[in-house]
Amino acid sequence: MSSEIINTTVEEYKKLVESLHAENYEMMVDLTVVDWFRKKEPRFEVVVQFLSISKNQRKTIKVFVDDEELSIPSITDIYPSANFYEREAFDMFGINFLEHPDLTRILMPDDWNGHPLRKNYGSGRIPVQFKNAPKVE
Amino acid sequence: MYTPDNILTTTIDKAVRWSRTQSMWPVTFGLACCAIEMMAAGSAKYDLARYGMEVFRASPRQADLMIVAGRVSQKMAPVLRQVYDQMADPKWVIAMGACSSTGGMFNNYALVQGVDHIVPVDIMYQVVLPAHSL
Repeated sequence: MSSEIINTTVEEYKKLVESLHAENYEMMVDLTVVDWFRKKEPRFEVVVQFLSISKNQRKTIKVFVDDEELSIPSITDIYPSANFYEREAFDMFGINFLEHPDLTRILMPDDWNGHPLRKNYGSGRIPVQFKNAPKVE
Repeated sequence: MYTPDNILTTTIDKAVRWSRTQSMWPVTFGLACCAIEMMAAGSAKYDLARYGMEVFRASPRQADLMIVAGRVSQKMAPVLRQVYDQMADPKWVIAMGACSSTGGMFNNYALVQGVDHIVPVDIMYQVVLPAHSL
């Protein structure tokens, strides 16, 4: 089952989502971010998936977010389920969602610095020396 | 002095300590997969009731043992400490499984690498899936 992919811009994004809501796409299924670090410019791409239960169709919207501003309108007023997804996108990637009711960290502690799922964020691994193993950094 | 066979003499200290070991009530601190193993250990096949631990008190004020079963994330660590502080003396901590003892297979930013960074641990054991070791 494939879904139609629509590429759009940050300016057209909110209007497109409102039109999808009017066309009976009742459910926002997923909102996530792709970090194209060093592979594509601009770096972050917001991917939103919609499902129309009445029409049995899915649509995907992909929006590239500007690198300096890193902000995109929030669709929480149209699809309330986007609330937690946008908080997770903010927590893990640092994308600012404008007019979000409560844009705070959801997975990491509230005073955490950094956005863990970016490609240039290390794993935070503590080097462990195992017995009888070659020394690793 | 002759004591008949059905009388046991001891010190109060020893009697109290014996009764404490015979029925330790754990507080439910099952976090992740080890919590399932803890539930399995409390059920019929690997019975925790034979050690007197059949009652898992939900309130830490009524428990004397905390079994940290599962991964402790950075966000959960202050909560863990708060539950530990609410337990009355004497109290013990078992770090169940690799993830709570040392961070286990998850050596990253999100998990506390060993719950002994937060609470003093008395027993650690490292077998993943340890229902029968508990």
